[in-house]
This record gives sequence, C-alpha cells and structure tokens, in this order.
Amino acid sequence: MELEGLTRNYGERVALEDVTLSLARGRTLVVFGPNGAGKTTLLRVLATLLRPHSGAVSVLGKRLPEEAWEVRGRVGFLGHDPLLYRELTARENLRYHAQLHGVADGRVEERLAAVSMSARADEPVRTLSRGMLQRVAVARATLHDPELLLLDEPYANLDPAAIELVEPLIGATSGKTRVLSSHDPGRGLAEADIALGLRGGRVALLEEAASVDPDAVAELYR
Amino acid sequence: MRSPSLRALSIATVVAFCVALSLVFFYAPIEAEEGFLQKIFYLHVPLAIVTLSGFVIGGLMAIAHLRTRDQRWDLRSYVTIHMSLILGVAVLITGSIWARASWGHWWVWNEPTLVSFLIIFLLYATYQPLRFAIEDPERQGRYASVFAITAGAFVPLNFMAVRLSASFVHPRVLGSSSNLPGPMMLTFVVSLLAMALLFATLCTYELAAKRTRILLKARSRILGFQ
Amino acid sequence: MSKNTNVVLALLRKELLVELRTLESVPGMALFAVTTFVVFHFALNQNTVSGQEAAGILWVTLLFAAMLGVNRLFVADADQGGFDGFLLAPVDRGALLIAKAISLLAYLLVLELVAVPAFGLLLLGPSLGQALPGLLAPLALGDLGVAAIGTLIAALAVRTRARDLLGPMLTLPLLVPVVIGCARATAPLLETVDPGGLPLRWLGTLALYDLVFGLIAYAVFDFLLED
Repeated sequence: MELEGLTRNYGERVALEDVTLSLARGRTLVVFGPNGAGKTTLLRVLATLLRPHSGAVSVLGKRLPEEAWEVRGRVGFLGHDPLLYRELTARENLRYHAQLHGVADGRVEERLAAVSMSARADEPVRTLSRGMLQRVAVARATLHDPELLLLDEPYANLDPAAIELVEPLIGATSGKTRVLSSHDPGRGLAEADIALGLRGGRVALLEEAASVDPDAVAELYR
Repeated sequence: MRSPSLRALSIATVVAFCVALSLVFFYAPIEAEEGFLQKIFYLHVPLAIVTLSGFVIGGLMAIAHLRTRDQRWDLRSYVTIHMSLILGVAVLITGSIWARASWGHWWVWNEPTLVSFLIIFLLYATYQPLRFAIEDPERQGRYASVFAITAGAFVPLNFMAVRLSASFVHPRVLGSSSNLPGPMMLTFVVSLLAMALLFATLCTYELAAKRTRILLKARSRILGFQ
Repeated sequence: MSKNTNVVLALLRKELLVELRTLESVPGMALFAVTTFVVFHFALNQNTVSGQEAAGILWVTLLFAAMLGVNRLFVADADQGGFDGFLLAPVDRGALLIAKAISLLAYLLVLELVAVPAFGLLLLGPSLGQALPGLLAPLALGDLGVAAIGTLIAALAVRTRARDLLGPMLTLPLLVPVVIGCARATAPLLETVDPGGLPLRWLGTLALYDLVFGLIAYAVFDFLLED
C-alpha cells in the first residue's frame, strides 16, 4: 500500500497531516504514538471506514476513496470495538459476517476452532470475558481471509496463551501484510519491518525497524 | 468583498420595494369584501412564495453539495434555508393578521396554504437543532444536506396533501388568484419581485458575513491565536 | 442481483434475531398503543367513537407507537459497532436501508395486529369486522410511508447528540401527509350510519408519497453511512 500526503481533518483540528509512506506486500508496519496521535484514524482510513480529505492513498493497488469498493472485502480490521452484537452468540455473529462477505458457513466453524471458542460459541456474546471477545473478534476479522490486516492494539486484552493462539492468524507468522498499532516499544519493534511514529497527526518517525532505537520510540510519548 | 454586486442588489431591492409599496397603497383597488386590510395579501403571499421557493432551492443546493462535496454549496444551502425560516415567521404572522381581518380568527384551518406552511415551518425549524447536534463539521454538512433534500421534496407533496384535505367552504383569495383583475395582478407581481430581491439581498449579506467569519478564523489560526 | 438479496436476507435475519432476543421494540409499541386507547377513553369521556374522530384517534395512536420503533431502529447498530461491521463488507449500502425498512414494516404489522383489534374492542362504535377489508389498503400504504421515512430519519438521527428527541421531531412533520391520507381514507369506513367506501384519491396520494420518499431515501442513504 502507498500513502502520499494523506490528510484527514476533524473540523478545524487535524487528525492526520501529510502522512507519506509505503509498505510492500507481506511486511509489517507498526504504528507508535500517544493517544490522539492519529493511529486509529490511520487504520480506519486504510480500512475504508474514513475518507481521506486530501492526499493520495492506494491500498492493494486500488485508490481510495474512488475504488474503496474493491478493497473492502480484502481487508481485515480489528479495532477497539469487537463489532459483535451482544445478544447474539459468537456463532450467529460470525455467520452474519460470513454472509455479508459471501463466505461459506464451514469457514465459521474453522475459525471458531482456530481461536478455541467452539465450546462457547452458542452463548450470547455478552457473557464472554474480554479476552474471549477479542478472540472472537480476531475470528471475525480474518473470516474472509483478507490480504491486508489492520489491527488496532490487537493484543490488548489477551493473555500470553491467547496471544500464542492467535499468532498464526494475525501475527508475523501469518505471512500477511499487516499494519498494527502498539503501545509496547519492545514487542512492537520486534514484530515490525517498518516503524512509524505519529505525534499530533504528523509523522515523527519512519524507519526500518531494525535501525530504530527503542528510546526514540519512547520519546514520542513524552 | 464583492461589494459592488451587493450594493447593486440592495439598491435594486429598495427601489423595488418603493415601487411595490406605492402600488399597494395608491394603485391597487380596495377589495370589496375584505376592505383595506386585504392589502396585506400583497405582503403575505409573495413572502410565502419566496420562502417556499427558498426551501426548495436550499434542497437543490444540498444536492449540489452532496454531488460535488464542495463545502461552499453547504454554506449556500444553509443560508438559504435559514433565511427562509426567518421569513417564514413573517409569513405566519402576516397570514394570521390576514385571517383575523378576513374571517375574524387569528388562525384558520381552512386555508390550506397557511396550514401546509405551518407544517413545513415546523419541519424546517428542526434544521438548526439537527446541525447543532452533530459535532463533526463534515458530517454535519452531509446530514444537513440529506435533510434539506428530503424536506425540499416534501414541500410540494405536503401542499398537495393539505390542499386535497381542505374543505372549500371558505372563500380564499388565493384560490381566485387566476381571476385577479389587472391592477391587482400588476401590484402582486411587483410585490413578488420585490420580495424575491429582498430574499436574494439578505442571503447575499448573510453569506458574505459568514465567509468573512470563516476567513477570519482561518487567518487567526495560522497566526496562532487559537 | 441475487447477491444483494442474500445480503438483505442476512441483515434481516440478524435484525429479527436481535429483536426476538431483546424484545426491545415490538412489545413496547403494542403496549403503548393499547394504553393510549384507554387514555383516550378517559380524555374524551366517551365510550365509543366513530367516523372521522375514530379514524383520527386510530392513526395518531399508530403513528406515535411507530415512533417508538423508529427511535430504536438503529440504536443497537450504533452502540455495538454494527455500522462498522456492515461498512467493512463489500456490499451495496442500500441493502441496509432495505433490510431495516422491511424489519420496521414487520414491527408495524405486529403492532397493528394488536392495536387494531384493541381499537375495535375498546373504542370503536361501529363493528370492526365490516370496516376491516377496507382498512387494509390504507394500513399497507401508511406502513410503507412510515417505513421509508422512519428508516431514513432513524439513520440520520442515531448518530447525533439528541437522538431520541430529533428522531420524532423530524419524522412527525414529514409524516403529516400520511396521517392526513390514512385518516381521511378510513373515516367513511368507520361511520356508524351509512358507512361509505374507500375514497380512492387518498390512496393515490399515499401511493405517490410512498414512491417519492422511497426513492429519495434510497438515493441519499449512502451519504448518511459513509464517513
């Protein structure tokens, strides 16, 4: 994907300003920055949930917002909200998303098994703990086998066992192109091919992760 | 900032108004049934026509806004609708006065134009609360345009429905507008023209004022005041 | 376009599942209508109503009960991330409008199944049975109008600050022609003496209204969802 001069405003405030970067297929971009720096906005723009206000954005070879339609089914988004209806069961929620994406029911079962939620798949989602919710959300985000993963603090509610569980789905070993936001410089840099630091919507740091000093990342938060 | 055209517009409005008022008071005959107060017809009806056209034009501008995503159309749409709403108050007041003069009541349900107008007024009165209930300015403009389009389409439909439902017991001056005698027709047309000019002038003024405010805010932001 | 149909069906299935589990809208609407009829009895201090009065009471009550359903129509989606979930899918956004309008229609039908007999029992003077066949057309056309406008305005109001207030404030004036049409159309049916037939011009007006606003709603809906 390629961004050039991406800008997105919120009224008079700037959410993202002049963000320029490119990410090759199969690589991982990790976004650092304090709250309000624009990490979530960036992910949402890439997910086609928000339109860029100016600049050129190209995801999976398609321009946004004009060709957003073609990108939608090929991107998996995992945000702060698990996007699940509380009164429906995990299975019903996943079936619903499967039908929206034109994915067969069998895939739902496979995903439930992959996140070890098959046992509790028939209980209303509101009864699940946050960790389990996050696992079901991972299943939802990867249901349609997306080429690009957009993950907003994906490990936030997961214990180490769960993190290991979802690793092949959304982690480095999944082999997918990934953009994820992180608050943990150590782990984040370990996973990243490219590190992006945002501050006040602007690019404060953009380098190959191998050559980034963890202190530089910590600087962003001061 | 475009003062020549604003000045020209204002002058034209004043002139038109003078002509219209002189026609109303000195030229148009006094109507047999209703007497002198009937002359408020020359104020009320043109105001109503201009106001309703304003609402519909606001809807058309909203369509332009959604298609081009140009914020200037949103501003124009907002000003047009806002101004129409203000004039709408005048329509209701003059309509009420006229009703009192003609039929002795401050409000009549049998005049379908007045009733339709009330409903439309109530609808558009929600336009500003709607705008102020949305914080994101881009979304505010978009949602306001959706509303303006829906409400604009509603204007003619509403008139049709209410007119159908009216009983034709009371004589209505508007209903007989097609048989307005010459002098009255002339006065009416001139008044209509004057009202249209007034509307255009007021809108241009408000647009200019708003644009200046926006420019001021942008400049002060660049200079670091905000 | 069978893919679109599948999407609408998927949305509809989800919608009805959630409603069945939570029972947020329909029971409230039905109960409200029946209670309102009781209140009317006391407010009017009459045992029965007929003719235009009856038509008016019936339609206004149905309208206000419908408002309750309209208010809640998109709330679950707005609060539980349903919009995002839908927007991420490679589907036509209009499908959401159609699915929601159909579910609102379904809620209205259930409402009327309860409210109309209740009305016949509690307040209506002349027998409901003879008026019933004639009532079906205005009910259907009125429901379509409420579904079109209600869904559009519900989607508009749900992402604003005063969503519970704005919804009815915007919808009620827009639905006045529907109320006029339905009330006028049914008044002759509910006369005690010499009940008449359905005046067709009102049905025509209602149909026109439904068509125009159905089309407008479909055309502008996308602009409400995107960001």
